[in-house]
Amino acid sequence: MADSIEKVSIIVSKGSLEGIYPALIMANGARAEGIDVNLFFTFFGLDAIHKERNEHIKLATVGNPGLHLATMAGGLPGVSTAMTHYMNHKMEKLDIPSIPEFVEMIADTGAGMYACKASVDLFGLEKNDFIDQVQDIITVGEFYEMAAGGQIIFT
Amino acid sequence: MPTATFAGTPVDTNDEGFFTDPDQWTEAMAPELARAADIDELTDRHWQVIRFMRKEYAEKGTGPTVRLLGKASGVSVKELYQLFPKAPAKTAARIAGIPKPRGCI
Repeated sequence: MADSIEKVSIIVSKGSLEGIYPALIMANGARAEGIDVNLFFTFFGLDAIHKERNEHIKLATVGNPGLHLATMAGGLPGVSTAMTHYMNHKMEKLDIPSIPEFVEMIADTGAGMYACKASVDLFGLEKNDFIDQVQDIITVGEFYEMAAGGQIIFT
Repeated sequence: MPTATFAGTPVDTNDEGFFTDPDQWTEAMAPELARAADIDELTDRHWQVIRFMRKEYAEKGTGPTVRLLGKASGVSVKELYQLFPKAPAKTAARIAGIPKPRGCI
């Protein structure tokens, strides 16, 4: 199988519900197929591995035309929370794990988890702020070394 | 449709090596199927997963994904990857003689 994918490195750069889930689903699906996976969390994507924040990831209700909700309505207090709650409920029904549970499960499948050094410095974070599954804080150069020979997916 | 022989019995498989008719499978075929997947010996833990795969397939018509195996088979996700390296749900489905599980999560 010369044309099979052996390794993927997935960059998670967004901190919204709809920004994080696709990356996690791609990562989990790759591991299920026996593909090696590394996840690289950068910018607001760091929230997905942040101990306190990854339980409170919200759906973007403003600037998200896919929701088919008037921008003014999306900005009203409580709308994002309510829509997030609704979405989480729908996903739970489909047995899609919550973000903290999903991240932990993906780590259990043997995927590597790394935080981007530039973003960690920018936000004044440290290793302690992240869940235990995060192996290291790495530079972009180290990421490319790790990704060498595989596919890179930016989300 | 390719045919393979396990435990002396010819069975129908697809191009990826999955059984197309799970009724053709017998427990006696499992060790040979396991060796083809680089698993030298099937332990009780392997069997727990294989039997769960069979049961799920019989009940739902599709094999469980890694997520479901980790939740309901009594074997954790971590251990699944140790027992069935690389792709646990796919490998266990091959050994259990059921079609490839379909599911995104």
